[in-house]
Amino acid sequence: MVLEIKTNALSQRRQTFAHIARRFGEDRPASRYEEATYDLQPEAVAHYRPTWDPAHDIYDKTRTAIVMQDWYALKDPRQFYYGTYTIARARMMEAADKAMAFVEKRGSFATIDPAWQDVARFYLLPLRHVEWGANMNACSITDQGYGAAITQATMFATMDRLGIAQIISRIGLIAGGPAALDEAKQAWMSAPEWQPLRRLVEDSLVIEDWFEMLVAQFLALDGLLMPLVYDAFDAAGQAHGATPLSMMTEFIADWREETAKWLDAVLKATARESQANSDHLARWLGHWEARAAEALAPLATRVLGGEGAPVLADLRRALAVRARGLGIVALEEAAA
Amino acid sequence: MSANVSITLQNTDEGRGIIAAIMADNPAATANRYPAMTKIDCPGRLVMNRETISTELGRDYDLQELNLTLICLSGNVDEDDDSFTLAWRA
Repeated sequence: MVLEIKTNALSQRRQTFAHIARRFGEDRPASRYEEATYDLQPEAVAHYRPTWDPAHDIYDKTRTAIVMQDWYALKDPRQFYYGTYTIARARMMEAADKAMAFVEKRGSFATIDPAWQDVARFYLLPLRHVEWGANMNACSITDQGYGAAITQATMFATMDRLGIAQIISRIGLIAGGPAALDEAKQAWMSAPEWQPLRRLVEDSLVIEDWFEMLVAQFLALDGLLMPLVYDAFDAAGQAHGATPLSMMTEFIADWREETAKWLDAVLKATARESQANSDHLARWLGHWEARAAEALAPLATRVLGGEGAPVLADLRRALAVRARGLGIVALEEAAA
Repeated sequence: MSANVSITLQNTDEGRGIIAAIMADNPAATANRYPAMTKIDCPGRLVMNRETISTELGRDYDLQELNLTLICLSGNVDEDDDSFTLAWRA
């Protein structure tokens, strides 16, 4: 008997959901990110205006001065949806846990030059309050923002900032137990070096335009604070044997690099959309970048001494170059 | 000589990104889609660039990860960190 094996190719009726196919203009297989992002934002059938803001619909494009033809142009180049995001973060967290266990087991923090241990506790631990502010801001952006492309990424950032605050707290516990965290809270509330930054964080919490809040928090403040603390302060610490500290903050360094890719893509797409958008971004960046630089100056001087001011000036130049690359040109520069 | 080189990949989420990158980098390539795999034919020479695949997948891609998605290929392989080329050496 001859057994003949035949193959039958069955073609699928649809490659993806109808609304995704309409967006593509053709029925082709979509990535999970595309399926988990496009057109998720509720747009209609929202009966009542919220009592807390009767001027706007509950989901309203006009809560910001930024105007986009299509809010889904603000895609995330990392293509994070819940699955990919949690996998990526779990990997990073595993490495961070390992690094902290390593430092704790060997008592490596105690090998850092004792004077620098104090400096590190002073500049690093109060940042958990800054991260909490960033967490609130990112959450508020998610709340007020429009379009799943941006709000899902900002929700991930919300959790990231909380995670970073927790990492800094854990470093604090390794670097001096609960007392170190209490001291850091005291420094945050009353040390003169921290007050301008605390004022800035508090002011940023009440920014009304959510897109301005995004620029203020993620581009202006993080754009200066992150490289100052995790590059410049960290590099200065190497001379005092602070490598164990660098190991523990590596999560934050990795996160910053990855998140900058997302932020830059979003801002670039926004600035490209129209001159008006680009002008708004420039105005917000101009204002908040100056505030951030002013707020960070005392901290930079305290940690780096005379080097502090020139380092901060370099970082401001680097941020201006980055912004120009995104199509955000400072207004006075554009006029010149 | 322009005999076809070809590469066959699984239709996974990752595979689709790689296929999109190959089609973008090789205008002469044709993709033949089957239920669980896609066979790409290209006359003479086919290049895969790490950069393009990374952009499509939204993460850094190591070309050696190709082995997780690859079913079959034909052509002589020339591979380095940044690109993977299939061609027939005469």
